[in-house]
Amino acid sequence: MRLKRKDILGLEEMSSDEIELILQTALSFKEILGRQIKKVPTLRGRSVVTLFYEPSTRTRTSFELAAKILSADTSSIAPSTSSVVKGESLKDTILTLRAMKPDLFIMRHQCSGAAHFVAKMIPEHVINAGDGMHEHPTQGLLDMLSIHEKKGKISGLTVAIVGDILHSRVARSNMWGLTKMGAKVRLVGPKTLIPPEARNLPVEVYTNLEEGLKGVDVVNVLRIQLERMKKGLLPSLREYSTMFGISKERLKAAKDDVIVLHPGPMNRGVEIMPEVADDPVCLVTEQVTNGVAVRMALLYLLLGGTEDAAAA
Amino acid sequence: MAEQRSQVMDSDELRRALTRVAHEIIEKNKGAERLALVGVRSKGVPLAERLAKLIGEIEGTKVPVGALDITLYRDDYMTRQSEVGQTEIPFDVNDRNIVLVDEVIYTGRTVRCALDALIDMGRPASIQLAVLIDRGHRELPIRPDFVGKNLPTSRKELVDVQLREIGGDDKVYILKQD
Repeated sequence: MRLKRKDILGLEEMSSDEIELILQTALSFKEILGRQIKKVPTLRGRSVVTLFYEPSTRTRTSFELAAKILSADTSSIAPSTSSVVKGESLKDTILTLRAMKPDLFIMRHQCSGAAHFVAKMIPEHVINAGDGMHEHPTQGLLDMLSIHEKKGKISGLTVAIVGDILHSRVARSNMWGLTKMGAKVRLVGPKTLIPPEARNLPVEVYTNLEEGLKGVDVVNVLRIQLERMKKGLLPSLREYSTMFGISKERLKAAKDDVIVLHPGPMNRGVEIMPEVADDPVCLVTEQVTNGVAVRMALLYLLLGGTEDAAAA
Repeated sequence: MAEQRSQVMDSDELRRALTRVAHEIIEKNKGAERLALVGVRSKGVPLAERLAKLIGEIEGTKVPVGALDITLYRDDYMTRQSEVGQTEIPFDVNDRNIVLVDEVIYTGRTVRCALDALIDMGRPASIQLAVLIDRGHRELPIRPDFVGKNLPTSRKELVDVQLREIGGDDKVYILKQD
């Protein structure tokens, strides 16, 4: 089976079969990361452009390493040092870069839907590396890979996503992906940070942390996005941390073998206590490794051949 | 498409051929020290395991076995896409005498991929090639060191190796297509 789509824009539009294929492929790619010589020739001669309108360390580095391990060429564009500061529009920037004949664009943008806009405009592949408050599909996939690796399955698990659901594209991608793969999803956070439309989604909403964590297999802790917190949605960080910060004591409500995920960067002492962040239950570094594997899998599946080998 | 199937090896012949190849590998390598077998996914892996067991019994040692997935090294990657399987090499390839094991050698392109994949993992002392069936029609300058059976075929035919580890009957068939 191969992935029959041009772009990876979000997990909402993906089927469980497609997600399964991506996760299985990523598992095979993980072995390469353990080798001494981390390079395979598969995407030789293909080029990939990363275009990040928002700051990023792990996502961009992870995509670049994934492309390089597969022998693709990469160029990165940071708007702060490019023609964007001269006022070039997203459309013109894309059309200019396109004229240099890359095969795939990886982009992050502060506007929800930006990747969809670009994907519709050009015939090259587009991977959404985060669009506003909409989706961050590769984060959703790497979270699922980390869960699958530790628990051996996703179906039947209960996952609590805790924190600022309202602004979080990570929460949205996780919710779509996990529910498609048969997990139960709980959204846990203060009322002001839970989107009103949550009641129409296939999730349970909790505004009390202890109830929300009762009996869960996985806790996915979201970052409190300090840069998006200027609208008075939280009385204070200290109050948030007292009510919703994940500590060892709080985790006792969850299952004994609970695992904790965090998309990074962590605000230690705010949404997650250092005692949890540094404990083996917290998979934050495994998530980063799995991120490279997932991105390798997506590059391989998108830039690969157009025929199924089985049919050839 | 009409298809004709005829058996070219039964399970006894297959067993004897593997036993002979196991002896030849030991003879050529003067024992089983520093020897390791690597099966090419998917059917080369059970064959490598069987050969390792035979060699181990004859020499009284345990021969390590690995599995190699060559999808990422294929030269037809740009036109066809295969599922990527896992490579598992549970030993250090450096300074080992490695015997690659595959079920059928045909054009030689799979072996070329396997050589590249192995060399990316280190520098073996030597790489040798063992196949159950050599059906001819090479497109690259590659030849096996150990052959279970030479089987002259036409390009229109397919060689089907059925192994019990993967639900088969341990027999080899030729499929003729019109």
